[in-house]
Amino acid sequence: MLKITNLHANIEDKEILKGINLEINPGEVHAIMGPNGSGKSTLSSVIAGKEEYEMTEGEIIFEGGDLTELDPEERSHKGIFLSFQYPVEIPGVSVTNFMKASLNAHRKANGQEDMPANEMLKMIREKSELLEMDRKFLSRSLNQGFSGGEKKRNEIFQMAMLNPKLAILDETDSGLDIDALKIVANGVNKLKSKDNAVLVITHYQRLLDYIVPDFVHVMLDGKIVKSGTKELAYELEERGYDWIKQEQL
Amino acid sequence: MELKDKLISSFLAFEEAFDVDSDIHEVRSNAIKEFESLGFPSKKEEDWKYTSLNTVLKHDYSVFPKKEDALEYRDIKKYLIHDIDTYKLVFIDGIYSSHLSETTHDKIDVCLMSSALSKSKYKPIIDAYFNKIVPKNGLNSLNTAFSKEGAFIHIHKNKLADKPIQIVNFSTGNESALMVQPRNLIVVDENSQAQIIERHQSLTDHPVFTNSVTEIFAGKRAIVDYYKIQNDRASASLIDNTFVEQQEESVCSMHTFSFGGKLTRNNLNFYQRGERCDSTMKGITIIEDKQHVDHNTLVHHIFPNCESHQDYKGIFDENSTGVFNGKVLVEKEAQKINAFQSNNNILLDDKATINSKPQLEIFADDVKCSHGCTIGQLDEESLFYLRARGIPLKEARALLMYAFANNVLESVRIPELKKRITSQIALKLGVSLGFDL
Ligand SMILES: Nc1ncnc2c1ncn2[C@@H]1O[C@H](COP(=O)(O)OP(=O)(O)OP(=O)(O)O)[C@@H](O)[C@H]1O
Ligand SMILES: [Mg+2]
Repeated sequence: MLKITNLHANIEDKEILKGINLEINPGEVHAIMGPNGSGKSTLSSVIAGKEEYEMTEGEIIFEGGDLTELDPEERSHKGIFLSFQYPVEIPGVSVTNFMKASLNAHRKANGQEDMPANEMLKMIREKSELLEMDRKFLSRSLNQGFSGGEKKRNEIFQMAMLNPKLAILDETDSGLDIDALKIVANGVNKLKSKDNAVLVITHYQRLLDYIVPDFVHVMLDGKIVKSGTKELAYELEERGYDWIKQEQL
Repeated sequence: MELKDKLISSFLAFEEAFDVDSDIHEVRSNAIKEFESLGFPSKKEEDWKYTSLNTVLKHDYSVFPKKEDALEYRDIKKYLIHDIDTYKLVFIDGIYSSHLSETTHDKIDVCLMSSALSKSKYKPIIDAYFNKIVPKNGLNSLNTAFSKEGAFIHIHKNKLADKPIQIVNFSTGNESALMVQPRNLIVVDENSQAQIIERHQSLTDHPVFTNSVTEIFAGKRAIVDYYKIQNDRASASLIDNTFVEQQEESVCSMHTFSFGGKLTRNNLNFYQRGERCDSTMKGITIIEDKQHVDHNTLVHHIFPNCESHQDYKGIFDENSTGVFNGKVLVEKEAQKINAFQSNNNILLDDKATINSKPQLEIFADDVKCSHGCTIGQLDEESLFYLRARGIPLKEARALLMYAFANNVLESVRIPELKKRITSQIALKLGVSLGFDL
């Protein structure tokens, strides 16, 4: 589904990603762990098509097609979803209106008509219930004044609405209390199928108890330096990253 | 001949043709003398530093249109808020159109300035209110000198205007260039209410220059909501001079939506003449090309325990220019005042400019005043967020612009008008957002 080969990316002439290789197949759950500043969010932004980053080498193939020249919106239409580490606050646009604009943009890209309003509302209601979101959030301005946990829950609500092929969850667990973590993880698991895939970025093994990964990768200084199974996450939790850094030397 | 000279030499003919015997003959005669000595403002004046009238004044305007032009309702329907019942005062090339208008004298007076100025039953109101709060300057004097036609609205004590009132000024282009000077007087007595929508609309690309003066008086506890739609053609220029005087506990709001026109200047003054007044001035400006919109506001706080809120949003594309010059004056006696002012702007193009100048003059010591002015671009991070959710760049930009301006719309109290403005904004931004704005 996703194949990243030798990906190098710069921001303002500073190299952040230094040769990433990663392959994700349908039905798989991958986790990336790594210290602060190692480039995890950069990788997810590059996959999602953020223009500030300059790809200097390598390629990203999604469903057989090269992503490099595609705009963020086109990648979204192809089924890539990024749950932001820091969701942006947009005062003046309600969650509902935002979701309508987003979903209808997807439909338009697929040559479909706008979704009828009542169908849309029904779907919004269903998915917000899945995430146990209070109804009043739907009429509030997007993310404005939402708590950290509420923002993350709202991200997964959007994921549920858009039903992506590849969901990248960048630290979706940070800011969530235990109950919310279960609800959000449960939401992600319900959306899981043999045809889609999830890439989870996290600092905590805890999330991986709920969203169980098939593969765990360790990212250090812009490279994936180690990959393993979910046991690797336990080991990292226990031992930190120093031993891997040592291994690198 | 220069426009100034042309206007001055036309004055005698104007007075003779209409009513030399009129009570306000003297007011007009004095006004033309004032105009003669003051003339049109120039960029040398501090208040006109960023707005030049040169390109507006250069046309050879005809100052008295010949006759009423027959416009049909179907030609102008789209410029009206037509899906609700309203009173309408429609003027075509400055002349009242009875068949397009809907007036009333049933408990409230919604009629014509020309009849108010000539009929004796209105004399007390005219004596009490006409030309009482208009500051002396060239443009105001010019309007006063030629004041003859416009809207006259009088909501009597304890009465409610049962539907919104629309004042619509059309110019047909029958003249190769036209100057019109509407003169409106709006008196909303104690405990009364009115909602008014004003629009100037040119129907062809012939140059039009409108210099209008509106006086609004809000009695004790009166509520006045006034909305101006400025969405005219690139050949039309408007100088709107509006003055509002409020008695105690009155609540007045002015919303100005400036979406088009060659040059638009809004001179808007609020004078608070009693305690616990509440004044709101809001605006959304969205322009492009070489358009120019200038907001020049004043709130004069004279009494204690009052509030004023100013919130002006501007989005400027291409070579367009904006000016915001907002003055808040708090007199020594005006303690416990809350006065807020904000002016936020987005420049979409390197060539667009905005000059924003807040002026606070505060002589009282126990007041809460704040002002803020921002000039920026659309937030890249927000754009990426929207695009990552599949919303294309153009729509994402439009959504952010809409969001930026949205809080100004929240206080629009006529739902149909709000809908109309939002769809005008969507049209302006050239998008369909997948939901009704
Ligand atoms: N816009 C930017 N300008 C300059 N440097 C940047 C920019 N964005 C990211 N970086 C740098 O790139 C590096 C990688 O950042 P990134 O956000 O990808 O790390 P991360 O692995 O997600 O960290 P965390 O675990 O703290 O979220 C950091 O050193 C960061 O300072
Ligand atoms: Mg990160």
